[in-house]
Amino acid sequence: MSRTRTPVVARWFAGEGDEFKLLGTRCTACTSVFFPREDAHCRNPGCPGGELLEVPLSRRGRVWSYTDTRYRPPSPYVTDPELPWEPYALIAVELEPERMVVLGQAAPGITVADLAVGMEVEVVSGVLPASAETTWNWRPTGVRA
Amino acid sequence: MRQDVAVLGAGMHPWGKWGRGFVEYGVAAAHAALADAGLDWRDIGSIVGADTVRGGYPGYVAGATFARALGWQGARVASVYAACASGAQAVNTARAQILSGLSDVVLVVGADAAPKGFFRPAGGDRPEDPDWLRFRVLGATNPTYFGLYARRRMAVHGDTPEDFAQVKVKNSAVGALNPNARYRSRVTADEVAASAVVADPLRLLDICATSDGGAALVLSSMEFARRHGAPRPVRIRAVSTVTPRYPSTVLDLPDIATDSAVAVEPAAETFRTSIASAAYEEAGLGPGDLSLAEVYDLSTALELQWYEDLGLCGQGEGAKLLREGETALGGRIPVNVSGGLASFGEAVPAQAIAQVCELTWQLRGDAGERQVAGAQVGITANQGLFGHGSAVIAVR
Ligand SMILES: [Zn+2]
Repeated sequence: MSRTRTPVVARWFAGEGDEFKLLGTRCTACTSVFFPREDAHCRNPGCPGGELLEVPLSRRGRVWSYTDTRYRPPSPYVTDPELPWEPYALIAVELEPERMVVLGQAAPGITVADLAVGMEVEVVSGVLPASAETTWNWRPTGVRA
Repeated sequence: MRQDVAVLGAGMHPWGKWGRGFVEYGVAAAHAALADAGLDWRDIGSIVGADTVRGGYPGYVAGATFARALGWQGARVASVYAACASGAQAVNTARAQILSGLSDVVLVVGADAAPKGFFRPAGGDRPEDPDWLRFRVLGATNPTYFGLYARRRMAVHGDTPEDFAQVKVKNSAVGALNPNARYRSRVTADEVAASAVVADPLRLLDICATSDGGAALVLSSMEFARRHGAPRPVRIRAVSTVTPRYPSTVLDLPDIATDSAVAVEPAAETFRTSIASAAYEEAGLGPGDLSLAEVYDLSTALELQWYEDLGLCGQGEGAKLLREGETALGGRIPVNVSGGLASFGEAVPAQAIAQVCELTWQLRGDAGERQVAGAQVGITANQGLFGHGSAVIAVR
């Protein structure tokens, strides 16, 4: 399959394979990190305001919490109404260096039964099932789907 | 300096799925509140509407929409939107007008005709809107967020799904006594456990429904209340409408990520805790003074979180407080004796107003079978999407 996929949102992630990473921005004045990226202004109320530079986020983190989606989410999430609904897990991941939590879908095949709070996970490239746009997934480290 | 405003009247349209427009519910609630206050609509100097986003322009200009339906009479008008905190901001707008002397007596109205199933963002491609993005990119519904908080409580505090179910059991038992509630039957723990999982670990009966409904209040200056022959009305002593403090480090609706804490150390209290503490500070009261609390139980697990954030118990002790029966009717600090969202469901712009209606009836001693004996002080708490705090303290 060689057709080009488009990212579900532009400039939130980049790279392939082991180089895949989430992209945020960092304020040059106060070092605050933002994801989703802030390109207009730093949101730290005590910051005089600095240039916002693109930075990759840590590729690994620990599960802060997780859940799943037993019912079809409404639009604008894209689903195929012809197909039976396949639940997927959502994982909120604590990134230690950035001191922030980032939510994402779990990699295909990962269910809540595979997860525990505190477990190490890594970011991997993924595909939104019905739209075929690229996105990011969280996957427990060491697991190969 | 503390200044109270009087609650002269409270009224609701019963919650349910009635299939009518939000204006009808709001007008019915307004008539009920006016009758309760013993006032004619033409006596009202100002009307504040809590906005109904699903109503299109009439909903966005709720104050004027209700005023037109009640009959134009020249009142001052305002419309406010703050997601689930819209009702509290409407109350606060009315209070500010009264305390500043702009109006003596104000009608506050909120009503909704909610769609069935998951709430979803307004239509169109809106990639600048974090609420649109979380659906578009993650398919993250409100229940998935509730599931994240519930699972986190299980991991950190040792709460169990059985604890969560007991919140539903407790709230449905009092909701069964409330004629304005949508669900009027008692629910057992077995029924919760037998309901379908919606967002692990939460089941259908752990999560509040979406509903139609309306609520209204007539608020006035203390001087107006005395002139009107209500020398000792229920009084609103505090309204908290605070925003979070940067960095906000608890993942919350509708955000895909928290703020980073690399540059600034987070405040000692979380956003939800700060909502309550701002209300306590303004009222000059504390959790030990409370007779009851009405909190936003969007999920059963979230009610336990509010116990802790309101200071009814220590962090992590919410389930223990529940298990000991302290938050049930007859306990030390009954919570959601109205039946809560568990019994009402969400009618977004109405709910924070409905919470104050319940405090009013409880503090007057008019709550019938669900009366908290000797109620003197009550607090409401909720939280509006996009960083809107909401808590009201009322006293007798
Ligand atoms: Zn900065």
